[in-house]
Amino acid sequence: MNSTVIATNENYLSSGWNWRSWLLTLDHKRIGILYVITITLLFGIGGSAAALIRLDLLTPHSQLVSVETYNKLFTMHGVIMVWFFLIPSIPATLGNFLVPMMIGARDLAFPRLNLLSWYLFVAGALFTIYALLSGGVDTGWTFYAPYSTTFSTSHVFAVATGVFIAGFSSILTGLNFIVTIHEMRAPGMTWFRLPLFIWSMYATSLILVLATPVLAMTLMLMGIERTFGVGVFDPGLGGDPLLFQHLFWFYSHPAVYIMVVPAMGVASEIISCFCRNPVFGYRFMAYAILAIAAFGFLVWGHHMFVSGQSAYAGTVFSLLTFLVSVPSAIKVFNWTATLYKAHISFEAPMLYALGFVGLFTIGGLTGLFLASLGLDVQLHDTYFVVAHFHYIMVGAAVMAFFGGMHFWWPKITGRMYPEGWARFTAVLTFIGFNLTFFPQFIVGYLGMPRRYPDYPPEFQVWNVLSSAGASLLAFGYVLPLGYLIWSLRHGAVAPANPWGAKGLEWETDSPPPAENFHKTPVVTEEAYAYATTSRGAGSAHG
Amino acid sequence: MDSLPFFPTRASTIAGPIDDLYFAWLIMCGIVALAVAVMIVFFAVRYRRGSAADRTIGNPAEHERTMHHIEIVWTVVPLVLFLVMFVWSAKVYYQSITVAKDALPIYVVAKQWMWHAEHPAGEREINELHVPLNRPVELVMTSQDVIHSLSIPGFRIKQDVLPGRYTLLTFTANRAGEYRLYCTQFCGTSHSHMVGRVVVMEPAEFENWLAAHNNVPTMAARGERRYHELGCDGCHGAQAAVRAPRLEGLFGKPVALRDGRSVLADERFIRDAVLIPNQDVPAGYEANMPSFRGQIGEEEMLEIIEYVKSQSNATKGVVP
Repeated sequence: MNSTVIATNENYLSSGWNWRSWLLTLDHKRIGILYVITITLLFGIGGSAAALIRLDLLTPHSQLVSVETYNKLFTMHGVIMVWFFLIPSIPATLGNFLVPMMIGARDLAFPRLNLLSWYLFVAGALFTIYALLSGGVDTGWTFYAPYSTTFSTSHVFAVATGVFIAGFSSILTGLNFIVTIHEMRAPGMTWFRLPLFIWSMYATSLILVLATPVLAMTLMLMGIERTFGVGVFDPGLGGDPLLFQHLFWFYSHPAVYIMVVPAMGVASEIISCFCRNPVFGYRFMAYAILAIAAFGFLVWGHHMFVSGQSAYAGTVFSLLTFLVSVPSAIKVFNWTATLYKAHISFEAPMLYALGFVGLFTIGGLTGLFLASLGLDVQLHDTYFVVAHFHYIMVGAAVMAFFGGMHFWWPKITGRMYPEGWARFTAVLTFIGFNLTFFPQFIVGYLGMPRRYPDYPPEFQVWNVLSSAGASLLAFGYVLPLGYLIWSLRHGAVAPANPWGAKGLEWETDSPPPAENFHKTPVVTEEAYAYATTSRGAGSAHG
Repeated sequence: MDSLPFFPTRASTIAGPIDDLYFAWLIMCGIVALAVAVMIVFFAVRYRRGSAADRTIGNPAEHERTMHHIEIVWTVVPLVLFLVMFVWSAKVYYQSITVAKDALPIYVVAKQWMWHAEHPAGEREINELHVPLNRPVELVMTSQDVIHSLSIPGFRIKQDVLPGRYTLLTFTANRAGEYRLYCTQFCGTSHSHMVGRVVVMEPAEFENWLAAHNNVPTMAARGERRYHELGCDGCHGAQAAVRAPRLEGLFGKPVALRDGRSVLADERFIRDAVLIPNQDVPAGYEANMPSFRGQIGEEEMLEIIEYVKSQSNATKGVVP
């Protein structure tokens, strides 16, 4: 490929800049950008709620907001961050942009469906934001019945409708990716030549398609019970509240993997590139991704050890949870081993990716505490759980999201980001994150419950530490917005392959032409065939 | 509330075993996390781009085989470790939910946003729970509205409290003092105010505390009064005209049902028999009992159960 073809060429960004060319675009790359803008706005809302929560928790007695408002804040934070930021974060943005490019296709299989996904997502988001702002909802993002169905007087139905609508966006995106990866791979791009990012998108899509309908059903049953008084979950109406929890977690546990499996894919791409080494144990990594997606469907009951579910069910769920931890452990070891005998450089994406590995390791290890039946009894619904899932869903997943945004920023925009700022931000985010959430493990074991605006004074010191960390973290999350936007105009013009990375997306222009490749690429080598390594290309599979 | 900076006070017999699990994981995970961190830093320095470190590998085929073995090792070792920890933690869990035969029952009704406890001797408390030292206690709990959860971190125990059914929580306090008690399942506006304290007292002191309130009737006595007010003895009494099962000696025994099943007469059975009488009809009887749904509050129901219990030698339900 000719790396000197820059801005002068027609590319997907230069082909029209009116509203129609963006809002009716069928180009997966432009739709990816629409998602980036949308979820950034939503992240701002969810993040602001988090900031207010952390400010309020500086004192044991809620002083900033009333307890009603606090309850609505953490609900808004959870609903927005889970459904309107984390779930679409990597798949809908980087996934949309990269899936066709990495497999050598012109677009996704169903470009119109792809655009519809974005509109559904926006519709769901608007519905939810309207409900949250016009009075809010106070059930927590978990919507447990019968509180949500019978007792809460807040806007439960409206928020559930927003989430319900957005769910169809997830399903359609998943469907689109699955068909695309099956049908549209370039000549020579066999399954075991696929980059691990594609494997992660494939596994994520399976979960999106299989799990999201269960959420839709659950929310619909909740709406029916709340509106028409049909007893499904409320025992006062003859229902079973544990049924709600089973249905909810049948979706929401796999949903955690929707958030973190794509992050694993991103980290694999970045680490391999900056190590100039193939990902260690490529096949093990691909299988581990699929195993995590499959086992992820069998462990929902570990959210319910103290719910009143039978002790025997709890025992089985505990065992299965330990089994799903094995592939996650394999992945951490393999990323580490990729560094062995490598040629490592430490640009910002690599710092983010290493940060991802660190936070994912802590998040994963603390998950083992929670999988242990006897110990979970003490930890359940305390800040230990809050810390654990933030390490995975926020620490790890958002580190990877930012890493990926920096890594592919030159490809997406045709501009380089400012390296110094980006490195600084990556380190700041890592430190800020740990300072925010590590104290929560400690205060959790001491017994501080979740969702408490007022808490015993002996827990204050840990909360102050956590809030201090959150202020660093806020800078870490806001700074990229500034310097990335700055780089759109002032950044150095990016060559086709600024990192010397392998992968089809780097063989075309930055930014790519509307049809992605000037001519259909033909794949002749394994993924991550970094020639500079003495290990050679042949060892791409372990 | 005395507590160490990093670990809550241990005030029950199960706290030690649960802390052991916690420490075991802390040590193992600490080692793994440290090892990963050290490896990453070591490789990052040694194999930084441009360093002179040796990156050659010997025979590629042999290298491939070694790598394969490494993969298998770090798959199997965690798996075995996890299975060991699974068995250990499950054992602790079953130990923590097994109710001793001689456990002292205390009845708990949760409602937005308070804890209401009732002792068989008749004493009632709100957001407080007085218990004797070194004696197994069994909390029989239900909720009047939404799901709550009773958590006592000093005892390392927690159990959700559901409307429409009974859940059990058992513990043996082994350290006198006061400990915090929380609701840990989000239950609405004042969730964070649904807190209280557990007071662990020397047995003699506990008896004195109960005796100080012995002007109130026992739970069983209150239950008996309600039993008569509702006209239960019209059918279940000795001189009843309608044939209905007698309640003497019922509690804690298996009951043969009309449909051939057999169920244990525990708290849940009594409750369901009163509220949903046609669900489990005893063998040899007609399904003609009216439902008392809507006529009996949760506290009254527990008093009736305590009365039925008092009519039997057995005092215990079993772990669900």
